Amino acid sequence: MPKINLQIALNYIGSNKKLTAVASLGVVLGMAIYIFMNSMLAGFGKKSDESIFKTTPHVRVFSEEQLSRPLAKDTSHLAMLINPKIRPKTNKIINPTQLIALIKGLKDVRIATPQVSQNVFVNMGLSQLSIRAVGIIPDEADQLFNLTATIVEGKVEELDRSSNNVVIGSGIARKLGIRMGDNINVLSSKAITRNFKVVGIFQLNNKREDEGKMYIHLKAAQQLMKENEAYVTDINVQLSDAKFSKQISCLLRSMIPYQAEDWESANETAMAAARMRTIIINFVSTAILLIAGFGIYNILNMTVSQKINDIAILKAMGFEGKDVVSIFVTQAMVVGMMGVSLGVIVAVLMIKLLKKVYIGGDIGYFPIEFELPKFLQGIVFGFLITFLAGFIPARKAAQVDPVSIFRK
Amino acid sequence: MDIALKTNNIGKCFYDPIKFQVLKEVNFEVRKGEFLTMVGKSGSGKSTLLYILSTMDTDYSGDLYIDNQLVTGKSLDQLAQIRNSKIGFVFQFHYLLQEFTCLKNVMIPALRLGKLSTEEIEYKAYNKLEMLGMRDQALKPANKLSGGQQQRVAIARALINEPLLIMGDEPTGNLDSKNTQIVFEIFQELARSNHQTIVAVTHDNDFAQKSDRTIEMLDGKIIRE
Repeated sequence: MPKINLQIALNYIGSNKKLTAVASLGVVLGMAIYIFMNSMLAGFGKKSDESIFKTTPHVRVFSEEQLSRPLAKDTSHLAMLINPKIRPKTNKIINPTQLIALIKGLKDVRIATPQVSQNVFVNMGLSQLSIRAVGIIPDEADQLFNLTATIVEGKVEELDRSSNNVVIGSGIARKLGIRMGDNINVLSSKAITRNFKVVGIFQLNNKREDEGKMYIHLKAAQQLMKENEAYVTDINVQLSDAKFSKQISCLLRSMIPYQAEDWESANETAMAAARMRTIIINFVSTAILLIAGFGIYNILNMTVSQKINDIAILKAMGFEGKDVVSIFVTQAMVVGMMGVSLGVIVAVLMIKLLKKVYIGGDIGYFPIEFELPKFLQGIVFGFLITFLAGFIPARKAAQVDPVSIFRK
Repeated sequence: MDIALKTNNIGKCFYDPIKFQVLKEVNFEVRKGEFLTMVGKSGSGKSTLLYILSTMDTDYSGDLYIDNQLVTGKSLDQLAQIRNSKIGFVFQFHYLLQEFTCLKNVMIPALRLGKLSTEEIEYKAYNKLEMLGMRDQALKPANKLSGGQQQRVAIARALINEPLLIMGDEPTGNLDSKNTQIVFEIFQELARSNHQTIVAVTHDNDFAQKSDRTIEMLDGKIIRE
């Protein structure tokens, strides 16, 4: 581009300082809010995933309860009397050791750990609570759900020391008035009663979990079910990256006769809410940035109308259409550049400020981070809109017919 | 004699509001170094012809040659190049870029051409302004000058690329008699000593009579040369 085009563009910016400032301010706000909202969205997403992974593995393998089916394959010519019902004892996974070995052999799988879930009653004096007792291998489950981070008293490793140890939710402790070291009486569905010693209390800030879940050792859970060591109800699988979950669950479903559920399907409601959030925030932030584009379009259009004589003279002196386009697009890009760079600074300040705001509950501090991809996305998008907002009036300017101006 | 400009059966129609033939088979030649004026009543087509000669109006029939080169049918960008290097314009309403200094206004066509360095262009622009007696006003913004002064700056600008042709649309139309005299003398000087060709449309019969040659137009035709 000849240097003279740049000089003319800068001159026009200088002679319209107020309008330029207003247009840039529009871009500053649009840019800042775009980056800010998208960073917030990413922060929310991370936080929400984090809290899901406290209770849900990437992939859970389990045996689904199935309705009994007729034994005959072709039933079209038969009169049948059937009474479909859930087959008993089908939620057991057969030969879990071999299956775990198989899953562990897959690419991207980090951990595969067995689990036995059951509903039990906890008795404490006259009070009784129905609770889900989860039998785990403590160190593997700790890696998977990061249990240690949720423990408020005691330790998860204590579960390894004795199969009579238990880690309970803080809600249970409060309801039954239990403290560390107390004994609780557990009654299983197979009518086994056993005393457990409380060696840890966890708190997820999630009422359902805190009031309805306790962890015991896998062996203790098997004993409560009157089963041997081969009894496993779920296999929890952790991958190197959560994004492979869908793929791996699909693969597992085709390989083994059990249900394999990825974390997104298991939390469909949360996922749908996240998708809604994404749509709304993208829509709003894009609209705001577009409005900033209208600001630039407006000032450019006005400059083109004001400078229509200049454009005619420039064309008479031998400036080509593309020179005229470059003059006005440069003007738009300078406004955009000022707006985008200031907007990035404002976004950084806003994020810094909001990071310090305490929300409380499960969330803690406001879940927002400096998301570099969102910054880059915003900058690229900001410049794209600026370019378009400048290009449309610039093309109009390039099409000015000098003769019609001179003959007026 | 070298021919600077030649037309071959140039014609033009306006279609709005009704079909109207403004120019009919205009044929003439302008020699290099000639000072030509075109006169005629309003609506005789002289300005329309000038804008066709200037290459800015491309909607006509017939052929136009500038510097023995056919320019009819060239692309808009090629025409812009020709205007930039070979033609200088002086308009009735002086048409300077108001927010630039006089010096910058004069420099712009040369900066666009890009053949010389900025320093050389600036030196040349000062020379042209000097020639027109405007050197001391060089750094003033264009909008701070009187009409006659602006017109002289516009002439300096038309001269900066040493064009073959200088075209004027009523170059003295807005000026008092003193400034008209100055502009006339400048044009005459350019034609005689620089051997530059001047084509100017004018209403001023006095101005026309003093030029080398006058073309009179009526109803789209040349009626007298």
